Amino acid sequence: MCGFADSSWKEISGPFTWTFGSCYLYTKRMGFLPALHRLLPCCSNTTDLILPNGGTPAGTASPASSSSLLNRLQLDDDMDGETRDLFVTVDDPKKHVCTMETYITYRITTKSTRVEFDLPEYSVRRRYQDFDWLRNKLEESQPTHLIPPLPEKFVVKGVVDRFSEEFVETRRKALDKFLKRITDHPVLSFNEHFNVFLTAKDLNAHKKQGMALLTRVGESVKHVAGGYKLRNRPLEFAAIGEYLDTFALKLGTIDRIAQRIIKEEIEYLVELREYGPVYSTWSALEAELAEPLEGVSACIGNCSTALEELTDDMTEDFLPVLREYILYSDSMKSVLKKRDQVQAEYEAKLEAVALRKEERPKVPADVEKCQDRMECFNADLKADMERWQNNKRQDFRQLLMGMADKNIQYYEKCLLAWESIIPLLQEKQEAK
Amino acid sequence: MNFLHMTENNFSLKKIEISVSEAEKRTGRNAMNMQETYTAYLIETRSVEHSDGQSVLTDSLWRRYSEFELLRNYLLVYYPHIVVPPLPEKRAEFVWHKLSADNMDPDFVERRRIGLENFLLRVASHPILCRDKIFYLFLTQEGNWKETVNETGFQLKADSRLKALNATFRVKNPDKRFIELKHYSDELQSVISHLLRVRARVADRLYGVYKVHGNYGRVFSEWSAIEKEMGDGLQSAGHHMDVYAASIDDILEDEEHYADQLKEYLFYAEALRAVCRKHELTQYDLETAAQDLAAKKQQCEELATGTVRTFSLKGMTTKLFGQETPEQREARIKMLEEQIKEGEQQLKSKNLEGREFVKNAWADIERFKEQKNHDLKEALISYAVMQISMCKKVGFGFSEGMSIFRSAGKFL
Repeated sequence: MCGFADSSWKEISGPFTWTFGSCYLYTKRMGFLPALHRLLPCCSNTTDLILPNGGTPAGTASPASSSSLLNRLQLDDDMDGETRDLFVTVDDPKKHVCTMETYITYRITTKSTRVEFDLPEYSVRRRYQDFDWLRNKLEESQPTHLIPPLPEKFVVKGVVDRFSEEFVETRRKALDKFLKRITDHPVLSFNEHFNVFLTAKDLNAHKKQGMALLTRVGESVKHVAGGYKLRNRPLEFAAIGEYLDTFALKLGTIDRIAQRIIKEEIEYLVELREYGPVYSTWSALEAELAEPLEGVSACIGNCSTALEELTDDMTEDFLPVLREYILYSDSMKSVLKKRDQVQAEYEAKLEAVALRKEERPKVPADVEKCQDRMECFNADLKADMERWQNNKRQDFRQLLMGMADKNIQYYEKCLLAWESIIPLLQEKQEAK
Repeated sequence: MNFLHMTENNFSLKKIEISVSEAEKRTGRNAMNMQETYTAYLIETRSVEHSDGQSVLTDSLWRRYSEFELLRNYLLVYYPHIVVPPLPEKRAEFVWHKLSADNMDPDFVERRRIGLENFLLRVASHPILCRDKIFYLFLTQEGNWKETVNETGFQLKADSRLKALNATFRVKNPDKRFIELKHYSDELQSVISHLLRVRARVADRLYGVYKVHGNYGRVFSEWSAIEKEMGDGLQSAGHHMDVYAASIDDILEDEEHYADQLKEYLFYAEALRAVCRKHELTQYDLETAAQDLAAKKQQCEELATGTVRTFSLKGMTTKLFGQETPEQREARIKMLEEQIKEGEQQLKSKNLEGREFVKNAWADIERFKEQKNHDLKEALISYAVMQISMCKKVGFGFSEGMSIFRSAGKFL
């Protein structure tokens, strides 16, 4: 048992009374920061959310009872297989042609046993705008967490056809990944905007309901351009910041190299497509050599096709992931900056108190709250970073191995093509 | 190495091996007494003893490219019915950009050395050419060989370009097979040229692809420095990229050998053309002689019978200035009859010559066709084998490069 009966634990009086302080104390007592952070949405905004129907919002991330807390704990330890209770898929892109515009919608299918969902299954249609809305909402409402990136919003018209099969499929995969990452996140997956996104018949109606009041955290977090002079930025965050800088840089370089390779491969392909047929032309002039030459022509043709498949794979599977992680790094850096800002605020307040020179220097409540806020932010972020690192490792391992495999497949196809014509070349022609 | 049996001055048959074993840069003075740099090639001839198969060096001398050219030009003149093996190209053509077009470039010199050896082996293995005395002397007589060749007066015997061109246009009845052959050699020349040009572009592009991959090496290495668990995998991947990028040089060098084999047959097409041209010349010569003879016969007949059917200056002047005397006419008839007799002899021998030429040429052409089919098949096979080995090596490299990632298992 986790010690819920401990009396130092603050009274739980309802779904909306989680405060920042409670999170901190609890996690301090229990000593295992990461796991608990997943349970306790200490920095969630649901405390101040006003809802139209006044009832319990679906998808509230605040567990009301200890038993459900337990359930959550178990869930988080193994998210694989049977213990998962939320499945989301993006598929079935469809084109809609309206008078004002043309756009694509995707079908979002949700299956869940969670109490926050009224029905076990939902199927809705959403377009990119809706995903963008969701992401913005998540950033607003969960500012201490890392929100996964979306595929790029804008495409250069004329260069990329945003209705082409390849583009739509690439986007669909990225959107699917986006939702799955949120689904896997123990805090974000309970976010009510996420729930609305997955379930609402008419999302636009929800969008029109004005902005949710930002929480105290939300209000005080303004988008920061520069850095803050901090007394001592915790080492881990400094290290993460540096890491992300280099990481994004290296990915950027890899992206450029990959694009260059694709360009060179396409130019190589152009020449190959001229090279093969010349053997055919020659074959028409010859008698005994006709078949062998025709064979070589066909062989080169097969290699050309294999190369085309390789370049397509690189464009569709490799580049998007690189870009996604670059975007991810950027958004993570903003979150880090916000964290810095929260810390700076706290330090500033602390300094102000120290300067007051009171006989009994007592830390006022609001400074304490600031401290709690900062420490909660740190906890959330640290856990998310760990999660991100794990995912990154998996994703890149898969990506690099996948690319190597695609290359190996290409060479195997070429190998097969050339091996198959050797007998043809060695054949002794019967007397003509 | 090739074996051939050769006789010289009825000496005993010997098996010999020929090789162009070395190339050396030399400086000397040319005909205009100006200093020049050229490459000399060492030709070694070995005779092989029947009994033990051991080879003994019998001759070794240095020749430069221009002497090879001289030899070939001589062979072209004295064996017009033979498809004379071509020399390797004088200047580097169909080069892809990394390859040097400089004649002094060591790679070019090396490939030329091989080409010259190939030329000598082809001549040595030709049943007719191998018996040629000048060829024998080329291999054995270092000094004075040039003078010896020039003394044969072969330059004088050579057909002028103009004459040949004239014959090509005006010949009425060349052998159909030669018409086809000429057509074929034109097409062959065109298609192989095209092939070599595109192949050079393909090589260029492939080089680009491999080299850009090399850029991955450094960035993967830098990335691996900031990673913990992924570090080793990234290092290995980066290293593999470097190896991959470096492998293109060997790959393209091997392919250059294939290109050289194609080039030989590109130049062979020209040799085929030369035989066709010779046929057109002899045929034209024959036709002209026949025409002349027919004209003379007619003239004779007219003189004898007194009817003038054809216009002749003599006839005209006779009409204008008076009849010639019967003696004069008799004299003319006699002269014509002699000329006709001579002409008939000539025509007969020319006919024979022509037929001989066609027969011999066609025999050599058939031999050449067999050789061409065999050689090109071999070339295609070795090209395919080259591609296969390359695919295996590169594919294996990718597999190796990722082996660390694969064996790392779950990271979580």
